[in-house]
Amino acid sequence: MATRQTIAEGAAPRVPLFYDPRVRGIAYQLLVFIGLFAFVYWIIGNTAANLQRANIASGFGFLEGRAGFDIGDSLIEYSSDSTYGRALVVGFLNTLRVAFFGIITATIVGFLVGIGRLSKNWLINRICLVYVEVFRNIPPLLVIFFWYFGVLSVLPLPRDSIGLPFGSYLNSRGFYFPKFLWGDGSWLVLLALGLALVFSWFVRRWAYKRQMATGEPFPVLWTSVALIIGLPLLAFVVTGFPLNFEFPALSTFNLRGGVQIRPEFLSLYLALSFYTAAFIAEIVRAGVLGVSRGQTEAAHALGLRNGQSLRLVVIPQALRIIIPPLTSQYLNLTKNSSLAVAIGYPDLVATGGTTLNQTGQAIEIVAIWLIVYLGLSLATAGLMNWYNARMALVER
Amino acid sequence: MKTIYKALLGSAVVAWMAAPAAAATLDDVKAKGHVQCGVSTGLAGFSAPNDKGDWTGLDVDFCRAVASAIFDDPNAVQFTPLSAKERFTALQSGEVDILSRNTTWTISRDTALGLNFAGVTYYDGQGFMINSKKLQGINSALQLSGAAVCVQAGTTTELNLADYFKANNMEYNPVVFEKLEEVNTAYDSGRCDVYTTDQSGLYAIRLTLSSPDDHIVLPEIISKEPLGPVVRHGDDQWFDIAKWVYYALLNAEELGINQGNVEESLKSDKPEVRRLLGTEEGGKLGTDLGLTNDWVVRVIKHVGNYGEIFERNVGAESPLKISRGINALWTKGGLQYGMPIR
Repeated sequence: MATRQTIAEGAAPRVPLFYDPRVRGIAYQLLVFIGLFAFVYWIIGNTAANLQRANIASGFGFLEGRAGFDIGDSLIEYSSDSTYGRALVVGFLNTLRVAFFGIITATIVGFLVGIGRLSKNWLINRICLVYVEVFRNIPPLLVIFFWYFGVLSVLPLPRDSIGLPFGSYLNSRGFYFPKFLWGDGSWLVLLALGLALVFSWFVRRWAYKRQMATGEPFPVLWTSVALIIGLPLLAFVVTGFPLNFEFPALSTFNLRGGVQIRPEFLSLYLALSFYTAAFIAEIVRAGVLGVSRGQTEAAHALGLRNGQSLRLVVIPQALRIIIPPLTSQYLNLTKNSSLAVAIGYPDLVATGGTTLNQTGQAIEIVAIWLIVYLGLSLATAGLMNWYNARMALVER
Repeated sequence: MKTIYKALLGSAVVAWMAAPAAAATLDDVKAKGHVQCGVSTGLAGFSAPNDKGDWTGLDVDFCRAVASAIFDDPNAVQFTPLSAKERFTALQSGEVDILSRNTTWTISRDTALGLNFAGVTYYDGQGFMINSKKLQGINSALQLSGAAVCVQAGTTTELNLADYFKANNMEYNPVVFEKLEEVNTAYDSGRCDVYTTDQSGLYAIRLTLSSPDDHIVLPEIISKEPLGPVVRHGDDQWFDIAKWVYYALLNAEELGINQGNVEESLKSDKPEVRRLLGTEEGGKLGTDLGLTNDWVVRVIKHVGNYGEIFERNVGAESPLKISRGINALWTKGGLQYGMPIR
């Protein structure tokens, strides 16, 4: 200790600047930074020069041009008169749609299968095992092809549609079901639903407080279910059933009317859901197994019933293990949705690709793709990280 | 996903190339020892591999003609199959030297995309094909309102389709795929009622369907589709070579020089023939182009004249049996007109 102090006091000023670790550190970082900057600068300059020499127009002005092509599946108003920018937005929304529904379905299926894998019932256990091993070990593109060419395209033509209950039909052009046409006063039903949700929340808070104070439990779940179904139903009856249906009907080529879910969306959605669910199942299984048996036993010893110990002790701890890997599965699903291009689902990559081809703006379109997928993934990850922080173990 | 990589690669290549490609494609090609030619992923009659795995077709033969003119060898060419969506990036980035892939000549491609069209090797027009067994009673494209239409992504076909249905106040349901084979499969399996592309393409695709006789091509032609070979901006010499190989093919047909009589024609004393075949004394038409003076002889010897290429690949001698129609020489009432070689 003493010697070191002497050196520090006496010798430090005489160390040449070159050997000063602090100066060296800064110098190296500066060097790397300048190098990187020069590299990026050179790349950009070189690209611009090459583009100019090849007479290729650049910039994002093309986004305002008339697209001229149609898109089959669109959530917003779109026609061939719309702009390229709008075509890209249509593609983006389609990507979001398949990612959103895919994540929900994959989570539900994944949790069910993951818990099924832990079941003591031999049959359920084996079925879940086979499911996981099959889907986990096939490339997602093949799963998509399986659904598209193997399942949906062998369905009958519209004329011989398979009739399903409630006026729905299934054929090679997709799944058709009646469209709801809400009449006058239907806003009351919506209002009732909103009120029911708010009420349920208050009931839950009140029940929690009462249980904390008196120890008496209250059937919150059933009360909420009754509220959420009952109130809108009541409003529905009071306003005189303001609901009509538009049923799909056969025309020359296709079924007309109703809502059509196209086979491209259906196969992509099913494939991504079932593929990702296999991974989620394993994550869930690992999460539940990761909570030691002693926790369950301790909960039972405290007098908690089976359901309670699962809900209050095991699941909160399992979630801590599950959420981080689950996030990366959600990101995978979102990114895998770009495989849509193989079956003609107009996602961002497909509409962007067409735009790229019509305008020749490769660099701009690729930049848009990169930024959008990066943004989407970061947003998902951010959301999941927030959820993870909320679920984290609060140590007291 | 593959498209992303290709496009990424394309932009990366554009970014990296310091000076090459644009400078002198001919020198690069000579150094490589072959012409890199972008073709379709398989369109019978235009560019498709035959049962031995060799590429054949009208578009393929054009590349072979260019290779023959440079190397005196129709096989000094390598083919890169490209989807409609990938083709321009591949050409712009220098992945291919020439794009001979039933590509329609339009102003925006000629200008904003930085491309040069070397000529029109096939005058085509867009049409519709339907399954006449499943859709009886339909004999005009104007009856197609409400139909699901299969179409390839990133083509002028896709744009003409939108224009045609809009102009006629009809609705349709586009089903868009990136690859030709995917469109074929989808149409064959009944995903769509209608297949639309250039009429020559429809005839070619019909042959590959599971029951070709069930399908009919509707009479309407809804667009002009002049198809031809394409090169990049910025290299006039290479552009000239592509252009004049095409004109040489036409002039040879016009003068009656073909694969059979080309050797004999070398002895001809007709000034026009002598100029074309480079037998004229002191002639330097070939060397001015950056080639040898016998360039046309090489081309005709190996691939034949335009008429021979046409008949062999899409005409009477092929399964497609397309008549010359507007693709006949101008002297026979068609549009094919070779600029004078002098």
